[in-house]
Amino acid sequence: MRDESVRLPLGPAGPATERPVSIAILAMGGQGGGVLTDWIVRLAEGQGWVAQSTSVPGVAQRTGATLYYIECMPPRDGLRPILSLVPTPGDVDVVMAAEFMEAGRSILRGLVTPDKTTLIASDHRAFAVVEKIAPGEAIADSGAVAQAIGVVARREIVFDMNALSAEHGGMISAALFGALAASGALPFEAPAFRALLEGESKGRNSGLALFDAARERASRSAPPPSQSSGEAAPPRPPLAARLGDRIDNELPAASRDMARLGVAKVVDFQDAAYGDDYLDLLARLHAADKAAGGGAHDFLFTTTGAKYLASAMAYDDVIRVADLKTRPSRRTRIEREIGVRSDQVLQTTEYFHPRAEELIGMAPKAWADWLDRRPRLVEWIDARVNRGRRVKTYSVFGFATLYMIAGLKARRRASRRHAVEVAHRDAWIARAIECLALNYDLGVEVLNCRRLIKGYSDTHARGLSKYDRVMAAIRRLESRSDAADWARRLREAAIRDSSGAMLDGAIKTIESFA
Amino acid sequence: MAERSFAREVEDLRLGDGDVFRGEGILAITKALLQAGVSYVGGYPGSPISHLIDVLGDARDVLDELGVVFQSSANEAAAAAMLSASVMYPLRGAVAWKSTVGTNVASDALANLASGGVTGGAMIIVGEDYGEGSSIMQERTHAFAMKSQIWLLDPRPDHECIVDMIEKGFELSEASNTPVMLEVRVRACHMHGSFRTKDNVRPSFTIKDALENPVRDLGRIVLPPAAYEHEREKIARRFPAAIEFVKRHRLNETMGPGNAKVGIVLQGGMYNNVIRALQYLGLSDAYGRTQVPLYVMNVTYPVIEDEVADFCRDKDHVIVVEEGQPEYIEQAVNTALRRRGISARVRGKDILPMAGDYTSQVLLNGLRLFLEESDPRLLGNRPPAPDPAPVLALAEVKRLKEVVPERPPGLCTGCPERPVFAAMKLVEQELGLHHVSADIGCHLFSILPPFNIGATTMGFGLGPASASAFNVKAGKRSIAVMGDGGFWHNGLTSGIGNAVFNRHDGVFLVIDNFYTSATGGQDILSSRAKNPRRTTNNSIVRAVKGIGAKWVRQLDRTYDVGRLRDTLKEALTTKEEGPKIIVASSECMLNKQRRVRPQIDAAVRSGARIVKERFGVDEDVCTGDHACMRLSGCPSLSVKKLDDPLRDDPVAAIDSTCVGCGNCGEVADAAVLCPSFFRADVVHNPNARDRWRQRVTMRFVRWLQARRERAGAAA
Repeated sequence: MRDESVRLPLGPAGPATERPVSIAILAMGGQGGGVLTDWIVRLAEGQGWVAQSTSVPGVAQRTGATLYYIECMPPRDGLRPILSLVPTPGDVDVVMAAEFMEAGRSILRGLVTPDKTTLIASDHRAFAVVEKIAPGEAIADSGAVAQAIGVVARREIVFDMNALSAEHGGMISAALFGALAASGALPFEAPAFRALLEGESKGRNSGLALFDAARERASRSAPPPSQSSGEAAPPRPPLAARLGDRIDNELPAASRDMARLGVAKVVDFQDAAYGDDYLDLLARLHAADKAAGGGAHDFLFTTTGAKYLASAMAYDDVIRVADLKTRPSRRTRIEREIGVRSDQVLQTTEYFHPRAEELIGMAPKAWADWLDRRPRLVEWIDARVNRGRRVKTYSVFGFATLYMIAGLKARRRASRRHAVEVAHRDAWIARAIECLALNYDLGVEVLNCRRLIKGYSDTHARGLSKYDRVMAAIRRLESRSDAADWARRLREAAIRDSSGAMLDGAIKTIESFA
Repeated sequence: MAERSFAREVEDLRLGDGDVFRGEGILAITKALLQAGVSYVGGYPGSPISHLIDVLGDARDVLDELGVVFQSSANEAAAAAMLSASVMYPLRGAVAWKSTVGTNVASDALANLASGGVTGGAMIIVGEDYGEGSSIMQERTHAFAMKSQIWLLDPRPDHECIVDMIEKGFELSEASNTPVMLEVRVRACHMHGSFRTKDNVRPSFTIKDALENPVRDLGRIVLPPAAYEHEREKIARRFPAAIEFVKRHRLNETMGPGNAKVGIVLQGGMYNNVIRALQYLGLSDAYGRTQVPLYVMNVTYPVIEDEVADFCRDKDHVIVVEEGQPEYIEQAVNTALRRRGISARVRGKDILPMAGDYTSQVLLNGLRLFLEESDPRLLGNRPPAPDPAPVLALAEVKRLKEVVPERPPGLCTGCPERPVFAAMKLVEQELGLHHVSADIGCHLFSILPPFNIGATTMGFGLGPASASAFNVKAGKRSIAVMGDGGFWHNGLTSGIGNAVFNRHDGVFLVIDNFYTSATGGQDILSSRAKNPRRTTNNSIVRAVKGIGAKWVRQLDRTYDVGRLRDTLKEALTTKEEGPKIIVASSECMLNKQRRVRPQIDAAVRSGARIVKERFGVDEDVCTGDHACMRLSGCPSLSVKKLDDPLRDDPVAAIDSTCVGCGNCGEVADAAVLCPSFFRADVVHNPNARDRWRQRVTMRFVRWLQARRERAGAAA
C-alpha cells in the first residue's frame, strides 16, 4: 500500500500543513461512546490543547451504529485551530471500534488507512438483527474483518474488551481508553489518562481496574496464542464400553468421533439400547456407503449420517424437555450464568403452552389411533389443554409434574410421537441410500436435509414442510449430474429465509428446467 | 419529567462574566439566550435541539431568578405562536425545534408573525437535521426564511461565533422588526467547544409588565388591508434596515488575502470543513490562515448584495459553497453580480454535488476542481491529499461489503412497544397482511426487521390521518399506529377526531409509554409521573372518548401479548362501526430503568428483600430455529454458537442486560413457540420464609433427582 512513486522535494504551496490529531469512535448506542469521547476531550483540554468533538446521537442512540469524532490540537500564536466536524476518509489517526463489525464498518468508510491509522478494536460480537432472525446460521464472518484489518491498519490493537469488561466490571469505554493510553497514538503520557479517570471515578474504582487491565493487555507485545485452532479434537463423551467397542469395530476411523457424540446423545435421550439401535442404523448407512465406494470420499456419507441420525433419533418431545429441565446440572448452569450467590434464593418460571397434539403424542400409539377417529373428542381435549401454563420449576408441585413427565421416558418407545418419528426417519434413511446409489454427493445432501427439521409446534411443522418440499424438488432433479449442488442450494435457501420465499424461488427455478 | 437529570448542565447556565463555558453547542445556545435577556422561551423537543428544552425544564430556579417564562410547547405551531408576545411588546423571546419538520408544522404561525412584524426580538432556533445521521427528509429551512422573509443566521460552527450571533440576532430582529432564525446543524449542536461567558441579563420589561399594560395595534394584525401594507413594509422598510444592520455590525466576515483572482463564498456553517479542505490543498494552515479569500456568510438570508459585489469585483472566479438544494444563495449571488455587471464567473453546484453533506472530503474534491479550472498555479505542486480509494479497492476491503451487517437503530432492551408489534405479527399470521400507517417515534422502528410492519409515515401524529382514505367497506381494515407524543402533538384531532367525524372503520393503535421517548423522555399531558410544574396524568382514553370515540380498549400492560393479540383481532373483526381505538400503555423501559435501577440498587444495599427478574434460555432445549427472534429483535436476546459438532445452528441466548420485561416468555406462550425460555427470579436479601421454602423444595427436588439417577444407573 505504500506509495513508492518518486516525489520532487518541493514544499507544499502554503506553510503549516500540520493537522490536528483525529480520533473516530464507532460504537453502538448504549456502549458508552459518548463518555469515552468526553474523556478524550477533557484529557486534551487538560494538556492545554483545544479539543472538539461531535456526534449524531439522535435515533442512533437506540442500539444503532453511531460515530463520534474528536479533533484536538494545541493553540498557536493566540490562535485556536479550526477543527473539522466530520472525519475525512484517509486522514484519521486513531479509530476505535467497540465491536468487531463496527471495526469492519470503519474500514468500509475508508477511515482506516495504512499510512496513518492506529485501529483499536474489541473483537467481540454483538449480533445485528439480520444475523439473528434467519432460521439458521447467518452470523457474519469475523475472519473477513480480521483479514481486512491486517492489510489496512498501520497498527492494530485488537482483543476482546467485552470479556475484559465483564471480568473487571465496567463499561467497555474504560477498556478502550486503557488501550488508547497504551497505544501511544496520542501525544499524552499514560499517567494523564489514568489521572483523568481517577478524577472521574469518585471512589468507585471499577472503571480504573478495567482501564489498567486493558492498558496492560494492549501493551503486551505478542498476543497469547489463540486457543481455537481449527484442529482442536472434538470432545470425547464417556460411553459404555460395549458401545465404544462397536464404534471402533463397525465404523471407519473418519466417522468414529461423530458417532461417539451421536451415541452419547441418543443414550442420553433414551437408554443404552437406543444407542445400539443408533449403531444398527448407522451400520446400514455405512454398508451402503462402502457399496457406493465411500472410501474415496473418506466415508462422508457415514459421518454425515452419524451426525443427523443422532438429531433424528433424539427428537424434541415433551418428555425430553421435562427431562432436561429437571436435571441437577440445569440449575447449576443457571446459577452460574446469572451469578446467583449462595445467600440468594433462585426460582425459575417455565412458559409452557401444551396442545392436544403434544398430549396425544405422548400417548401409546393404539390410544392415539383411537383418538384420531374421534376428532370431536380431540377438540374437546384441546380446549382443556391448549393454553399457556406458567410453572414454577423449583416448587413441589411444579417439579413433581415435570419429574413425572420426564419419567414417561420408559414408555416413550410405545408412544405415538415415537412411531411418527421412526417412520419419518426410516423413510429419510431409505431415500438417502437410494440417492447415494445414483450420486454419492446427492446421498450426502439428502442426509444434510435433516437439518431443516427443528423447533416445536408450528415452527416444527414449517420445518417439516420445508423438508418435504426440498425432498420433492430433489426427486425432480435426482438424475442430473449437478443434483447435489441444487440440493445444497435448496437447503440453504430454506435455512436463510423464514418466509420460504427464497425456497419458493429456488424451486421455481428447478421446475423451469427439470 | 425526563428521568435524566440535567442538574450539572443547569449549573453552566449560572456562569458569569469572564467564566469559561465548556460543553455542547446546543447548551451554549441555551446560555446565550439568557445572556441576551430573553423573557420567554418555548419549543418542541427533537434531535438535535432536545437538550435546550431538557435543560431549561430543569432550570426552574435560574429562570425564576431572571423572570423568564419557559414552556415545553404542545407542538411547533404552538411554540411559533408563542412568539406573538414579541409583536406588540418589547419582549425578547426564543423558540426551538427540529427542522425542517418542526418548521413545517410551525409555518402557519411563522408566516403570520413575519407578516405583521415584531417589536421585541424574536428568535427561532432551528436544529437543521440534514445529512448523515439525520432522521428526517432532506430539505432546507432556507426556503421558509425566504418565503416569509425571516432573516436566517448560519454562524460558523464555533461557540464564540454562535453565541455572538444570538446576541446580534436579537438586535437585528429589533432593528428590522423581523423575526430571525438561527440555523445550527446536527453536528454543531452536539459539538463540544468553549466560550467566555457573560452575566445573564434580567429583562427590563417583563411578561408581567406586558400583561398589566396591554397594547394593540390593528396595523400589526394580518387582515386586509393591513396585510397588503405588511408586504410593502417588508420590502420598503424592514429589508433595508436588516441589510444596514448586518453591514454595520459586520455579521458576515471576509478573510484571507485582499488581492486574488479567485474567492470562495460560503455559508458560515461550512467554514470549518472549507478550511480543512483548503488545508489539504496546501492553501490554509490549521488555524484558518487561508491563501484563498473567503466571504463567510453568517447571515445567509438576506444576501447582502453590496458585500458580495465588493468581494467579487476584482475576481475572475468565485465559488459558492452552499449545502443542500436548491442553490438559493448561488442564484442570489449571480443576480447581484449580473445586475451590477460584475464579470466574475460564479461556480457552485455545477462543480460541487447538488445533494448531500459537504464533508471535508467532498469540499476537497470540489475546491480542487474549481482551482484547477480557475487558478491552477495556486495548487502548487499538489501535495498528496488524503485518499481512501486505494484502500477501498483492496479485495479484502471489498469483501467486507458483503460481510458487515447493517445496524439500524431499533427498540431498546425491554421496550414496551416490542410486544405490541409481536402481537401485530401474530395477528398478521392469522388474518393476513393489513395496510398499516406508521407514525413518527420509536415505534417507527417497526418498519425494519424483524417486524417489517408499516407502509408509510407522513409526519408526527399523522399516522391515523394518513389512513383516512382507506375508509370503505372491505374485507380488511386499515391499521394506524401513533405514539402518545404524536397523539398530543396533533393526532387527537387530526387522527382520532377526523376518524370519528368521518366514521372511519379502521383500527387506531395508540402506543402510550408515558413520555415523548424518542426525543429524550420529556413529559407530556398523559405522563404518569407527578410533575410539580406541569399538569400530567391526563388520560388518553378519556380524551378519545371525549372526542366521540365509542369502541375504545385500554391495555395497561403491553407485555400481555396474548391479550393484545386478541384485542387487535377483535378490533379487526368486530361488526361495530366507527373507529376502533386501542390504547396500549406501559412505561418506556429506558426511562423506567433510569428511574428504578438506582432505587433497587440502594434497596439491595440497605438489606431490603428485592426480587430481580431476568430471562434465560435452556440451550439444550432450544433448537436454533430463531422463531423467537423474528418476534423480538431485543438487543439482549441474541444467538450463540454451541461447541457441539452435532448441532449446526446457533441457539438463542439472553445476556446480562436483560431487564426481565417478560416479552420472551409471553411471545413463546402466545405464539406457541417453544419451551426453552424461563424467567429466573433471584431474591436478594431473602427473608427466613424464602430461605425455608427453598430449603424444603430443594430437598424434595434433590431427592427426586437422586432417585432418577439410581434408576438410570440400574438400567
